[in-house]
Amino acid sequence: MYRIVKKRNLAENVVEFVIDAPAVTLNAKPGQFIILRVDGDGERVPFTICDMDKKAGTVTILVQTVGYSTKLLAQKNEGGFIQDFVGPLGRATDLTEFKKVVMIGGGIGAAVIYPQAKFLKSVNRPADVIVGARTKSLIMYEDEFKAAAKNLHIATDDGSYGRKGFVTDVLRELLDRARAAPAQYDAVFAVGPMPMMKAVCELTKGYGVHTVVSMNATMVDGTGMCGGCRVTVGGKALYACVHGPEFDGHLIDWDTAINRSRNFREQEAAHLCKLK
Amino acid sequence: MRIERHHQKEQDPKVRAKNFSEPVYNFDAETAVAEAKRCLKCRNAPCRNGCPVAVKIPEFIGKIAEGDPLGAAAVIRETNNLPAVCGRVCPQEEQCEKLCIRSRMEGAVSIGALERYAADYALERGGETTPPKGGLKGRVAVVGSGPSSLTCAADCAAAGLSVTVYEAFHTAGGVLVYGIPEFRLPKSLVKKEIDKLLSLGVRLELNTVVGKTVTLPQLLEKFDAAFIGSGAGLPQFLNIPGENLNGVYSANEYLTRVNLMKAYDPASPTPIPRGGRVAVFGAGNVAMDAARTALRLGAEKVSIVYRRGREEMPARKEEIRHAEEEGVVFELLTAPTEILGEGGRVRAVKCARCELGAPDASGRRRPVVVAGSGFEIPCETAIVAVGTSPNPLIKDSAPDLKTTEKGTITVDEKGAASIPGVYAGGDAVTGAATVILAMGAGRTAAAAIAEYIKGKGAKRIIEN
Ligand SMILES: Cc1cc2nc3c(=O)[nH]c(=O)nc-3n(C[C@H](O)[C@H](O)[C@H](O)COP(=O)(O)OP(=O)(O)OC[C@H]3O[C@@H](n4cnc5c(N)ncnc54)[C@H](O)[C@@H]3O)c2cc1C
Ligand code: FES
Repeated sequence: MYRIVKKRNLAENVVEFVIDAPAVTLNAKPGQFIILRVDGDGERVPFTICDMDKKAGTVTILVQTVGYSTKLLAQKNEGGFIQDFVGPLGRATDLTEFKKVVMIGGGIGAAVIYPQAKFLKSVNRPADVIVGARTKSLIMYEDEFKAAAKNLHIATDDGSYGRKGFVTDVLRELLDRARAAPAQYDAVFAVGPMPMMKAVCELTKGYGVHTVVSMNATMVDGTGMCGGCRVTVGGKALYACVHGPEFDGHLIDWDTAINRSRNFREQEAAHLCKLK
Repeated sequence: MRIERHHQKEQDPKVRAKNFSEPVYNFDAETAVAEAKRCLKCRNAPCRNGCPVAVKIPEFIGKIAEGDPLGAAAVIRETNNLPAVCGRVCPQEEQCEKLCIRSRMEGAVSIGALERYAADYALERGGETTPPKGGLKGRVAVVGSGPSSLTCAADCAAAGLSVTVYEAFHTAGGVLVYGIPEFRLPKSLVKKEIDKLLSLGVRLELNTVVGKTVTLPQLLEKFDAAFIGSGAGLPQFLNIPGENLNGVYSANEYLTRVNLMKAYDPASPTPIPRGGRVAVFGAGNVAMDAARTALRLGAEKVSIVYRRGREEMPARKEEIRHAEEEGVVFELLTAPTEILGEGGRVRAVKCARCELGAPDASGRRRPVVVAGSGFEIPCETAIVAVGTSPNPLIKDSAPDLKTTEKGTITVDEKGAASIPGVYAGGDAVTGAATVILAMGAGRTAAAAIAEYIKGKGAKRIIEN
């Protein structure tokens, strides 16, 4: 059992949990994730490691309440316990080889880019960050990004905060502006809903800028045992849990990936109804 | 004297194909004794040579014949610490029973069924005593909690060593809990066996992926020796078009969802396709388990699609018979060539008929596709059960660990790997094999670990 040390609401339907899991912090690095089970009969659900405190032995995750297990988790309170918590899983990301990076976080994707942004800041290469969401109440980690980013851009679909439009609109401007500047962007790191990542990749392809995305595939074990998380990258089936979760976005077969993410949609919806 | 072999009673195939209870009933006391009396007590006990852990077969059967099943269980436990498991899943017809003198007459003694009888009796009644612990001091880390690891841990603990088992999953047992289905191996029974192990003082750390949570070199800083029994969990796919359609699963994913994640219970939050038509590729135990599980989840039609012929099917004979009786359709000498979809979901499997040609590297005759024999098997779910290979996670975090091209860990005859103090066994060394071979390897390695620690002396004083 793993204790919930802290819980706070970050945005509409987004909850931050700080979990007591010292074993996970031993080797964890930015870009890796954990898998948890809320209770004895729970599913195994992956979450990105947003932050951790090696001294305190805690791991921070952000939970967007979208399905059965995430709603169940959101009902847990400080001092309560989670049944299982395993990690770190997946490969760590290393963006330090790039000189000038744009990071894009769509919705909950902001949680995934935050540790990277913080890390790049710590090695004196702060990135430009674009955070986007449907509406103002879904924007999160604004203060944290202000501290970690070189420049922070916010976009909302409905214009209720930051500029009105999509993250790709901001990205296009940044890329255009950089074209004229002496130092071009050499990498884009985008995390968010699959259609958003697909749109980013289509855009950056035209600019010839290397693009890394994080694939939130459906997972069971997270150790390469089930193959359920397979993603077609450069024509090969790779496992998001062991070879990823980050991949070269220009090599991903997006239509297959988007289709696979819908595999259990109907059954999940049916089960969700049971949870009030 | 000619006495016919007694068979275990079985559930009606039509009924059992819809439930998750065991298809085969245990012997009652009377039948067990009668069957035990069939044993000729051969002085050279040929049956024992067929058993990878050399269970004292005539001796335990003798105890059953005397009406002492607890005594029988104790004899089995001397060399086999998972008898209730082995009595159910071992391929006895290829091992002990094949060498039984009676197999050349009216049928081998039902050694497997008798093993299960004694083991179940002991588990239900309790009262088994554990032998006294040895006095060896030292610490051993055991990676994985499948049969090889459980055996190695039990033997090390019996020698007196302090043992910690690290398991990646949230439940211990390896393939015994996530792969082999409930109806073939009740999970409550596996749990009892594991509880027994814990009662020997073995520590269990779940949710620990060695190579990630903690690396092998990190473990070796704290432990005198390590055993790797991480199995062969990486599923192979066919690499034919359409394998990424929705509705295509590896057998590992399908069985894990049903067994470990309890999708067989409709109240479970784990989604799984139920009903419809199912095609399973492959013909090993894994394929049979997937096919029979699909029936139990309510499939209308389940087909096994296999490139070779009946004789070549690697599954246990009993599993094949059970699957057939329960209504699984066998499409033999048939190769899947493409999975066809509609709206992103599986609609059918395109297949071709095969003929057996010249033998290949494995010595089996190679299937050759017959031109123009293409046809479709309509289905909504396709399950790929064509083999697995070892997971590279441990190797990736321990570059000094030698592995073969196939990813299996290289060991000597005692189970020692290329790093001093590191031992390995089971599917991680052999590739997908059997429970009993994994147990045999765990036992061999435990003996070598004890020798190694004796020779070297424990690294540090045990704190607790
Ligand atoms: C569906 C199915 C049916 C089968 N039927 C039969 C049968 O009827 N008869 C028979 O004899 N055999 C059968 N087998 C084969 C048999 O189950 C295996 O040969 C046997 O379980 C191998 O044991 P093992 O100890 O090597 O590994 P496993 O049982 O595979 O256990 C390995 C364990 O290690 C864990 N692990 C892996 N990597 C790590 C890591 N990095 N860190 C921590 N833990 C890790 C895994 O989670 C797992 O729990 C079947 C297999 C399957 C899949
Ligand atoms: S989650 Fe099972 S292989 Fe990746």
